[in-house]
Amino acid sequence: MSAVGKLFAGAAVAGAVLLGGCELGPKTTQQTGFRGTGMDQIVDPDHVVKLAAIPAPPYATPDDSGPRAGQTYQNVKVLGNVSTERFNHLMASINQWVAPPEQGCNYCHNPENMASDEKYTKIVARRMLQMTLNINGKWSSHVKNTGVTCYTCHRGNAVPTYKWAIAEGTPDPDTILRNKHGQNSPNASVGFASLPYDPFATYLAGKAQIRVAASSEYPSKDHVVSIKDAEKTYGLMMHMSSALGVNCTYCHNSQSFRSWTISRPQRVTAYYGIRMVRDVNADYITPLASVFPAYRKGPHGDPYKVNCQTCHQGQSKPLGGVSMLAANPALKPPPTRVVAAEGGAAGKAVPALMANPQAMTRRP
Amino acid sequence: MASYQNIFTQIQLRGPAEMGPALGGYDFPRIGKPGVSYWMGKIGNAQIGPIYLGGLGILSLMFGFLAFEVVGLNMWASVGWNPIQFVRQLPWLALEPPGPEYGFQLFVPLAHGGWWQIAGFSMTTSVLLWWLRTFRRARALGMGTHVSWAFASAIWLMLVLGFIRPMLMGSWAEAVPFGIFPHLDWTAAFSIRYGNLFYNPFHCLSIVFLYGSTLLFAMHGATILAVGRYGGERELEHITDRGTAAERAALFWRWTMGFNATYESIHRWAWWFAVLTTLTGGIGILLTGTVVDNWYLWAIQHGYAPSYPGTGVVDPASLPGASQ
Repeated sequence: MSAVGKLFAGAAVAGAVLLGGCELGPKTTQQTGFRGTGMDQIVDPDHVVKLAAIPAPPYATPDDSGPRAGQTYQNVKVLGNVSTERFNHLMASINQWVAPPEQGCNYCHNPENMASDEKYTKIVARRMLQMTLNINGKWSSHVKNTGVTCYTCHRGNAVPTYKWAIAEGTPDPDTILRNKHGQNSPNASVGFASLPYDPFATYLAGKAQIRVAASSEYPSKDHVVSIKDAEKTYGLMMHMSSALGVNCTYCHNSQSFRSWTISRPQRVTAYYGIRMVRDVNADYITPLASVFPAYRKGPHGDPYKVNCQTCHQGQSKPLGGVSMLAANPALKPPPTRVVAAEGGAAGKAVPALMANPQAMTRRP
Repeated sequence: MASYQNIFTQIQLRGPAEMGPALGGYDFPRIGKPGVSYWMGKIGNAQIGPIYLGGLGILSLMFGFLAFEVVGLNMWASVGWNPIQFVRQLPWLALEPPGPEYGFQLFVPLAHGGWWQIAGFSMTTSVLLWWLRTFRRARALGMGTHVSWAFASAIWLMLVLGFIRPMLMGSWAEAVPFGIFPHLDWTAAFSIRYGNLFYNPFHCLSIVFLYGSTLLFAMHGATILAVGRYGGERELEHITDRGTAAERAALFWRWTMGFNATYESIHRWAWWFAVLTTLTGGIGILLTGTVVDNWYLWAIQHGYAPSYPGTGVVDPASLPGASQ
């Protein structure tokens, strides 16, 4: 090989190494904010999460007439006001959504006595139904009218694929041996950055302050936040970014991650999403710790909990934004239970302006 | 290839090794038997060595080795002394400074940041000793001490990041971790915490001088190579006795942009740009958190940054009945 040939071969190898992590091919770009501010979403069509096929309902949704489920069956504690026909339809759907096919109804029920609560799975399922009703009712600030069903998270699995428990942690924090200080590991939950890899225990089970930047320009004794806290928040944001398959500017304006007035309305939706996840983890999953068997719990004995990825699974809207509530009206609580969406004004005023971001770039 | 396309050194001298002038009054001899390297000759002087290490050089290397070992062994311990994981995870591994709970305490327990303090002290000592060495070697050769003061500018930035600013903030946790990815993630987190460092005017100055340095370096390097066919690389002779190479180089820039630096002043340009990069950078870091807590807001308040039309989004936490 000539010297020039060697040079080209070397350049080709070096180029392949350097570009190995790149996503080649055309991208689609959409402007989402004022010109020149870098507000856009860049999507690589080759790496978009494929839309999951939503299973067809087992049969047409029956109407809400006839005897109530609570009258027909014993020990119905959650959906007793739903018609028996609709109740049965929902049970058949849950069979598709959650129960392993080889076990079917028997995954939760004792076939000899369907009313019995002897299986832990039935206790969990009942609590999860209450959770679903709570999400679709109280948390419309996050789930809007799309709502969620069991399938949003479970996707045909008895246990949702994406979940978290308190990380294994350090055997002994007073030694440097096997002590990563909860960070500096290639960990998927923070996008393989070296950031603290368990932001969930702090922010999605605990209620630690996520905001780190100051709301005033000069230092104040009321705002003492360590850079280490900023790294933790950053870790949570990396999780949200990869869970939703979006970049930072889907919600934030990178001029100021802190400022709300230049953020996109999606950030408001995410704000309520974080509170919703905290609610789900604190009120619905953590109290089930004594119900779950040990093999359904994490290394510290806490049940597996929810984060953004549990529902979103790489999409900015879970299941591509398709609502399954129309076919499953039993999971939509009656209007009397709906709590006024918090910050509704913030969510409503904006979409008209943001519907056509290009219009914002026109010079006055 | 035309003989004047001289992007590599064309001529290599071969002969008895150049040992340098004898200097009196120093305890340490120059060490190493000089050798010749053809490939090093392509990019510089083919003669390798001898080297003057001296007392300062030996001490500096010892402290530098200590810092390197403390960092490396801490990283290795963090993967349980597993050599394969040490190599695989090396870019992620770190030696972290103490947490905020320790404030600016002098002695922190080893596993909680004490090792970071030892590594930082050793590295700083090593660098300061090396600085003294560059100063003393320059003096010994009867040179000016320009290299030392340029080096001091870089040390200033290092000390601000790792010691002076943490001291003023009263917290070691403000300092930079040792580690490849960790120090980069720290940089991003630092900017996020303090409201976007791009709105820090001293950060802007530092970037101007940094990019300006590369531009000046490229312009100067290209100019000298371009007049190499007239002996233009003999810059020092052209400074005192301007030859045709210097005339052509000067004329080229005067024709191109109306102004030309001289064979001497171009080196002042380069020196100041390099020195000011870290000098202004250090000032910018020093002001962050001590004088300004949110650079974006500071810039907006002072008409330094443009303010763009708002999106109408309201902080949900500011609404009545908001859940925190």
